[in-house]
Amino acid sequence: MKDLLTIADLGADGIHEIMHAADSFAEVCQRPIPKVPALRGKTIASMFFEDSTRTRTSFETAAKRLSADVMNFSASSSSVNKGESLRDTVETIEAMGVDAIIVRHRSSGAPQQISRWANASVINAGDGWHAHPTQSLLDVYTIREEGRSFEGLRIAIVGDISHSRVARSNIEAFTLLGAEVTLVAPPTLLPPYVETLGAKVSHDIDTVLANTDVLYLLRMQNERMDQALVPSLGEYHRAFGLTPDRARKLADSALIMHPGPMNRGIEISPEVVDDPRVRVLNQVTNGVIVRMAVLYLVLSTAGADRSDA
Amino acid sequence: MVDAELRRPRASRFGRGEMTRFVPHTTVLTADDVARALKRMAHEIIERNSGLDDLVLIGLERGGVPIAQALGEALSSIENVDVEVGSVDASFHRDDISTTHILPEVTRIPFSVTDKHVVLCDDVLFTGRTVRAALDAVTDFGRPKTIQLAVVVDRGHRELPIRPDYIGKNLPTSRNESVRVSLDGVELGSREVLEQGTRESDQ
Amino acid sequence: MSFFIHGGSIVGPKGVERADVLVTGSSIVAVGLDLPVPNSARHIDASGQIVMPGLVDLHAHLREPGNEEAETIETGARGAALGGYTAVIAMPNTDPTTDSPSIVRDVLAIAEGTLCEIVPSAAMTVGREGTLLTPMGELAAMGVRIFTDDGRGVQDPALMRSIMEYATGLEAITGGAPVVLAQHCEVEALSSGGHMHEGEWSTRLGMAGQPAEAETLMMIRDIALARRTGARIHFQHVSTAEGVEIIRAAKAEGLAITAEATTHHFTLTDAVCSSYNPVFKVHPPLRTDADVAALRLGLADGTIDCIATDHAPHEPHTKEFPFDQAPAGMLGLESALALALTELDLPIERIVELMSTRPAEIAGINDRHGNPVETGQRANLTIVDPNAEWTVAGAAMASRSHNTPYEGRTVRGKVQYTFLEGELTVEQGKATR
Repeated sequence: MKDLLTIADLGADGIHEIMHAADSFAEVCQRPIPKVPALRGKTIASMFFEDSTRTRTSFETAAKRLSADVMNFSASSSSVNKGESLRDTVETIEAMGVDAIIVRHRSSGAPQQISRWANASVINAGDGWHAHPTQSLLDVYTIREEGRSFEGLRIAIVGDISHSRVARSNIEAFTLLGAEVTLVAPPTLLPPYVETLGAKVSHDIDTVLANTDVLYLLRMQNERMDQALVPSLGEYHRAFGLTPDRARKLADSALIMHPGPMNRGIEISPEVVDDPRVRVLNQVTNGVIVRMAVLYLVLSTAGADRSDA
Repeated sequence: MVDAELRRPRASRFGRGEMTRFVPHTTVLTADDVARALKRMAHEIIERNSGLDDLVLIGLERGGVPIAQALGEALSSIENVDVEVGSVDASFHRDDISTTHILPEVTRIPFSVTDKHVVLCDDVLFTGRTVRAALDAVTDFGRPKTIQLAVVVDRGHRELPIRPDYIGKNLPTSRNESVRVSLDGVELGSREVLEQGTRESDQ
Repeated sequence: MSFFIHGGSIVGPKGVERADVLVTGSSIVAVGLDLPVPNSARHIDASGQIVMPGLVDLHAHLREPGNEEAETIETGARGAALGGYTAVIAMPNTDPTTDSPSIVRDVLAIAEGTLCEIVPSAAMTVGREGTLLTPMGELAAMGVRIFTDDGRGVQDPALMRSIMEYATGLEAITGGAPVVLAQHCEVEALSSGGHMHEGEWSTRLGMAGQPAEAETLMMIRDIALARRTGARIHFQHVSTAEGVEIIRAAKAEGLAITAEATTHHFTLTDAVCSSYNPVFKVHPPLRTDADVAALRLGLADGTIDCIATDHAPHEPHTKEFPFDQAPAGMLGLESALALALTELDLPIERIVELMSTRPAEIAGINDRHGNPVETGQRANLTIVDPNAEWTVAGAAMASRSHNTPYEGRTVRGKVQYTFLEGELTVEQGKATR
């Protein structure tokens, strides 16, 4: 496939293939020289129309470990602020000769639009509230790394589902692989017609914890208070935050995950951050590995049959 | 098995190569022949290296891995010492990534290669490009004292200055023939295209 | 100049019937079979075609003055003629806003000699800012009959009440003709930030939505205020099933309410937004299958009075922004009749009511538009081949913009001839100038 835009595009088979390839890159990252010439001569444009140091760094590290050249584009320093259309911006970058474009955009659907205009491969690094497929892939990898099977795995996603691209992609990925997903949030942080996402819903984290294998916390943002979606971050923490009391209700074998950056004292109490079940740093490590696999597979446009045995 | 029944078997979502199938014409070596060849090669390895000190085997994914394991067993039974066997997938070092694609396998070299005699093992030596890539891959892990090459079949048609140190059988072939090698034997045949073009539309 | 239109069926006072039509000057001088035809008359073969009153669009954005890159009155009028229209009500969201007699005079002057009669509407509030009344009396005195802040609804209920009360006093100026207040129903507090219908699709696509209630709450408010003030309210681009129900109830109560539905709201749903192509972005947004079904029922049973286009040209590059940054609006004039004929299972007489008779009455231009094809009427006519199929292509349109949501769709019903005041504006499917 030319692009990676959503998890649905990949399907369960595509996810499995990326996991398989990621195992190879996990080994590469362990080598004394964690770098291979797989994408030598390929140019990858990293177009971040929205700031995200973490995701950008993760992608760029992945690209460099594959020996690709990375071209950097920041919206803040570009003509986007001068009213240039998205299409003009993308066509300008593509004209410089790129094989792949990594796109982060605050508008849902921007990567889809770009994929219609660009010949280069488009990799979605997060669009609006819509999708963040590589985050989901690294989350799947992290759970799989623990030897867990997804079939029947009980995953609770807690927090601002409404405004979360991570939630949408993770629901898609986890359910495709056979997990049972429960969304835990106050009604104001659930999107309308939430049932269309194919997950169960709860407004009470305390009744969910005991039956959860993976607790996935989302980042809670200050502006939700200004929008009157929650009364206060304090009340949110008391009602939905992972406190030491709640952490005790979780099974010893449970995993605690978060896409980062964590708001200590809001979605998670500072005391719980260092809980042995927390996998946040594994997620970051795996991010590079999985993005290497994605870049490698997307840029490997195969043609002729290999004749050399 | 490199020359597996279905080539490009795991590149379902991302690969765009054509799917081919091996059609055997003649049997070149039987399973017993292969076992004898490997045993002879094991003796040659011991002779060349004056024993097995600091010697390791690394099989090339995917066809060379069972060969390396079998050679390792042969070496161990002759000298009565354990020989370390690793595997390397040279995909990331190939110069033709854009024309071919198979999902990579995990490289397993759980030992240091520095100052070792590394014997790369493969099933068939053809153009030499995989071996070239494997040399690069292995040297990323350290600085071996020597790197040697053992293959079950050398079918000719080299495109690079690479020659094997240990050969099971020299097998003259034409370019459009295909060779299938496993511990069960060696067959000469051809490849038949199963389906054309891309697997599915991308958009 | 005379035209003898022969071989077709007319939509006359008794419905559809086989008849020839003789046009001389700006009038229909004879309708029937075996008409005496003057030698000088030009013959127009309308075999297999339908001769109907010229269409009237209550709702089009012609962009002039202010955004002539997207459309001009001239190109908009040409597109209208090609779509079978002989009169179009121009929306006042120009730049500057059409909110004063001088701008109305400008629009009328520019529209002089174009291929369609352009009837300016004027804003209800100065600059469409929702704070001060426009000089509605002066505007009414120069012939403006429709007032609207279209693109925005009047948010302040006290201001809306004031507008309604003031408008009812203007009948003294208009000689009893009603002044129509056309409302774009949208409670911005509910809709702001939304870029498509709030529903299953917006949730899946991760897009902020506009709930149906943003439309219906303002309808309910305006009906209550109209009940009190007696003002003539017209609801623009009704898009929700609940909205149709509200209008049905208000009409049953006897209130003088009228309503329009746009072509796109009864032919497209929010599912098309899944491509994230901003060509499908429009306000109010495309809604659900249930809403489409309700609108179609409303069009059939008379709850909805007319079909409007809400023709909204936007320069191509403006639709090459992300969905949430692109402007809302789609082209409509050149495809509306074909879509109505293709998509609505309604008799041709009802289509004519919806697209000609009723909009002409609401706009107060039924002295010259929207009348049955009969002797003595003004020769504002459209001849359509109801079976001709064609494929919609934005680039082939007369509009300066190409933002049709129907690109590539094959539709049935092609306008072959349009007459404006007895002169051909469209001939064999091509604009005459």
